[in-house]
Amino acid sequence: MKISVQREDFDAGAEIRALSGDSSVGAVASFVGVVRDVPMTLEHYAGMTEREIAKIVEQAKSRWKVMDATVIHRYGELQPTDQIVLVVVAAAHRGDAFAACEFIMDYLKTRAPFWKKEHRPEGARWVEARSSDDEAAERWQSPLKKSG
Amino acid sequence: MKVKVLFFAGLREQLGTSSEEIELPAGVGTVAGLRAHLKARGGAYEKAFSDKSLVRIAVNQEMVPLVNPIKPGDEVAFFPPVTGG
Repeated sequence: MKISVQREDFDAGAEIRALSGDSSVGAVASFVGVVRDVPMTLEHYAGMTEREIAKIVEQAKSRWKVMDATVIHRYGELQPTDQIVLVVVAAAHRGDAFAACEFIMDYLKTRAPFWKKEHRPEGARWVEARSSDDEAAERWQSPLKKSG
Repeated sequence: MKVKVLFFAGLREQLGTSSEEIELPAGVGTVAGLRAHLKARGGAYEKAFSDKSLVRIAVNQEMVPLVNPIKPGDEVAFFPPVTGG
């Protein structure tokens, strides 16, 4: 498991290749989050952020047959089209890889202590948490939906 | 007892501070008590802590409910709902 909270950009291709090297891996699913529309500043709670992400990845590993995972999340000043977050999950089969990747993103959005401040022409403002993100995370708690 | 209190994001800006050491009065032993103590300072604190749903709390970097106890030396963080990803 690799978890990194960093200012610098990342190379998604290199991270995907790094999880593809084991001959028992048959599926590598990945997600890249990108800055849309306006420049932003991302603040985080150093220390807690890494711990929360590690807990989320551990939960994913307990629910699906995940062989390895990488999560990279950036902070600091970001411009439109910049990459913000990367999740890569390696598994033997695609079902586990897809589900765990989506689960990690949904939980990250509602649990990891990051805050976005958008710099719009009319002024800077903190992004408000969205209830749709809470709902996306909650659906994993329902045994009727996507429980793997 | 003394605790370290941290504020993040919009809450940090509203209060004009990111961290402080606070000596708590006797009888304050929970997160709820600390929160009430801060709110009682009035002004920006009263405003920032008036809507419970907008403040999340972590003790020693673990999210906790208001009933969670605090002990000397704890790091208690207050912050708005998270918006990463």
